[in-house]
Amino acid sequence: MSKLLSAIQQNREWVLQDWVQRLRQAVRRRDLISDRELESEASEIFSVIDSVPAGTTLEDFGSAGWQPLKEMLAALSISRATAGFTPSETAIFVLSLKPTLFALARQNWSKDANDLFVEVSVANDFVDKLALYTTDSYIHGRDQVIARQQEEMLELSTPVVTLWDGIVALPLIGTLDSARTQVVMESLLQAIVQTNSRFAIIDITGVPTVDTLVAQHLLKTITAARLMGAECIISGIRPQIAQTIVHLGINLEDVITKAKLSDAFRLALERSGRKVTRADKANGSVAAAPRGV
Amino acid sequence: MRTTGTVQKTETVPIQSSSDVVVVRQRVRAWTTDMKFSLVEQTKIITAASELGRNTLEHGGGGKMELSLVVNGARQGIQLCFSDQGPGIADIAQALKDGYSTGQGMGLGLSGSKRLMNEFEIDSKPGVGTSITAIRWK
Repeated sequence: MSKLLSAIQQNREWVLQDWVQRLRQAVRRRDLISDRELESEASEIFSVIDSVPAGTTLEDFGSAGWQPLKEMLAALSISRATAGFTPSETAIFVLSLKPTLFALARQNWSKDANDLFVEVSVANDFVDKLALYTTDSYIHGRDQVIARQQEEMLELSTPVVTLWDGIVALPLIGTLDSARTQVVMESLLQAIVQTNSRFAIIDITGVPTVDTLVAQHLLKTITAARLMGAECIISGIRPQIAQTIVHLGINLEDVITKAKLSDAFRLALERSGRKVTRADKANGSVAAAPRGV
Repeated sequence: MRTTGTVQKTETVPIQSSSDVVVVRQRVRAWTTDMKFSLVEQTKIITAASELGRNTLEHGGGGKMELSLVVNGARQGIQLCFSDQGPGIADIAQALKDGYSTGQGMGLGLSGSKRLMNEFEIDSKPGVGTSITAIRWK
């Protein structure tokens, strides 16, 4: 059994100092972390290693005695991930403990090569496991950030706006994959019910690629809206999208399409029996808003 | 596939999930912009890549796309090669018919992307996999 842990506990002052020394050289992100923070983190982690319950060994990293250390490392790497450290910058924090432990082993067991080798390989395995654990936690932290951003994007991406009494518009932006389209479709149908709209304009100016899947999603949304008594107009079909749709062979003939959102809006106003007119200048009034007839 | 030109540079994009199809579109967009294709041509190539990439994922169970710059004399072109180790296509002629689909789609992806590209070749063996090579010349 390794005597390294007891050697660490006997030489705690020296080990901590040596580690902090190496940390100062290894961690070159003074913009993100100061020397003092680095030192206090190192001493916190070291005190956990120092005070593991009796019977815990360096060889058995899976044992319950190391749980507090794992929790501390996980919290540390998640905070590193959010602060903008790279994975290697995060791992180097733990890895720089390795030369310190090697030096300690050398001081204590340099007389017997066999003993020295045993202690060095124990130190090596232990620090490697710490580093792997740190990297895993770092990636977990990143995954959490990504998952949160994805959720935020889903929420942000579907604003249904009311253009006029009975006319809603849905400006679509970005990639339309199945998950997003489902949210888009639901929020549009919901808005049609809530606002009692008879016209819904789907604007695809911000959709970079319209392939058969996107077209199919659009057609399904239009059919669903039609079932609810609302008529859909697709606007924002750019020349390159129009040509691509023709080559793909997608049939949009049953759907009312317009090049611009303003054209679609004008059509919706006309169909609902409204007309936009310029106010008579002689009356001195400002340009009047369209009025329901 | 018969050699229609010399390959100048290549890039491989893995296709394992639907977010990889987004990467496929982005890479093809970057390549076609670099090669100074017109906006219409860019959109056509990207749309074809999107269709074929989704086929690789849904029918082939995942695979990869290999992007290459091909040169034939004075002509320059972009070559997209999608390959998978999926079940393969039993009847290629039928698969290329408009409106034929084994999935839930519109059945226009394969035939449509053939129309969007200049050269199009399907190499498929049932049980072994499918590889589709498509070229668009400038």
